[in-house]
Amino acid sequence: MASKQFKNIYLNDFVTLVGPLEKESHLKKYNLIMDDYYYGEKTFEQAEIKMQKSVIDQLLKQNSLKNADISLLVGGDLTNQIAITSYSAKNYNFPFLGLYSACATFVESLIVAATFVESGCKKVIGVTSSHNLTAEKQFRYPIEYGAPRPHTATFTTTGAISTLISKKESKLKIESATIGTPVDMGISDANNMGAVMAPAAASTLMLHLTELKRDINYYDLILTGDLGCVGAKILEDYLLTNYNIKMKKYLDAGCELFLNSQETYAGGSGPACLPLVFFNKILTTKKYKKILLIATGALHSVALVNQANPIPGIAHAISLEVL
Amino acid sequence: MNKEEYKKLVEKHTPKEPRLRNIGVAFLVGGLIGFTGEFIMFLLIESFGMSQTIAGIYTCLIIIGISSLLTALGFFDNWVTKCKCGLIIPTTGFAHSVTSSALDYKKDGLITGLGSNFFKLAGSVILYGVISAFILVIVRVVIGG
Repeated sequence: MASKQFKNIYLNDFVTLVGPLEKESHLKKYNLIMDDYYYGEKTFEQAEIKMQKSVIDQLLKQNSLKNADISLLVGGDLTNQIAITSYSAKNYNFPFLGLYSACATFVESLIVAATFVESGCKKVIGVTSSHNLTAEKQFRYPIEYGAPRPHTATFTTTGAISTLISKKESKLKIESATIGTPVDMGISDANNMGAVMAPAAASTLMLHLTELKRDINYYDLILTGDLGCVGAKILEDYLLTNYNIKMKKYLDAGCELFLNSQETYAGGSGPACLPLVFFNKILTTKKYKKILLIATGALHSVALVNQANPIPGIAHAISLEVL
Repeated sequence: MNKEEYKKLVEKHTPKEPRLRNIGVAFLVGGLIGFTGEFIMFLLIESFGMSQTIAGIYTCLIIIGISSLLTALGFFDNWVTKCKCGLIIPTTGFAHSVTSSALDYKKDGLITGLGSNFFKLAGSVILYGVISAFILVIVRVVIGG
């Protein structure tokens, strides 16, 4: 079974940090803002480390927690060897597990955290971040090059998120989760991540519904990670053609994040995209009770893409209930 | 659904690139750079009494200098995004690729960062430029005698 139901596991609190473009987007009520991509540091990598530190520090402060109260820190980012998360973790005296599922890392961190809490850990912190310019440097052309991109490309979100998971009852319940399998549908275009990840999202959604014996209408909202506006349409069509399922209450975080005037091609992407839209847009509307988050990631590296290998997509799902 | 069918589904939803507009913009911008180059060369020949060959070299250097400066000041990437090949194909694109790589890696060390990544994008242009020049010279010797 790839799915698991949790008993009495709650997401107690969260802190979000938004970047310069994200603060002008559809997001509301974020906790911290960075006005420029350096965030007072010398390099973009150091800025992203500081972003993670800021959200963890704020979370500890908000909940009056000391280092000794935290049983585990789990999290990841987009850089090589997830070094950003390791470098921010070294500032704390927490046991630490680094995670990587590309842009699906946020949900992976929630699943790992909830599982550890269920097995006895008291308080677990999850941290996820992405920085547009460290990701650009990592995966694409030099930042100042401004390489032209097709309309299927997405824009890596700049932001960081920390979450606190424990058994203490609060307003957001972690109800169940499904761990996805990597799916390769033969797409090797690194500028069309939506097409790479849509079949993975469909596969995880179907697995989740089948294993937990649920109908798609069980959820008030299905929110996919960062398929972007193009990828979201591909997913809807794919589900309809393959499984005869029509998505009625469906949104994609990548498509919901930026304004049209921000010229971000097909929308936002990156590990920070889904949590920012979920916490700072979807939750603020107070319209939805049962929400299924499906974070999607493209598990590629520059070398393997250059060698013309198709890119495997992954999607992890987590069901959250607003109490 | 197999991979072929999926590829068709993806193509159905992929927005079409405005090729005709891109070509038009590239033609106009590229032409404008060519025109500017000719104008600079004309000035150099007329005002400084340079020969055509020497003036050509100085024109190239001036255009490279200006575009590198604009990259460093942070304007050029936005223009490349809009004008695309109109700015990438002329010497401006070559200068821009070198300067942008240098900016990206300047904090990663002079040797390990800047030095080894300086020609990250332009390396291919240099290598295949030299090879093409070599082949063309051979062709010319064979045909032209």
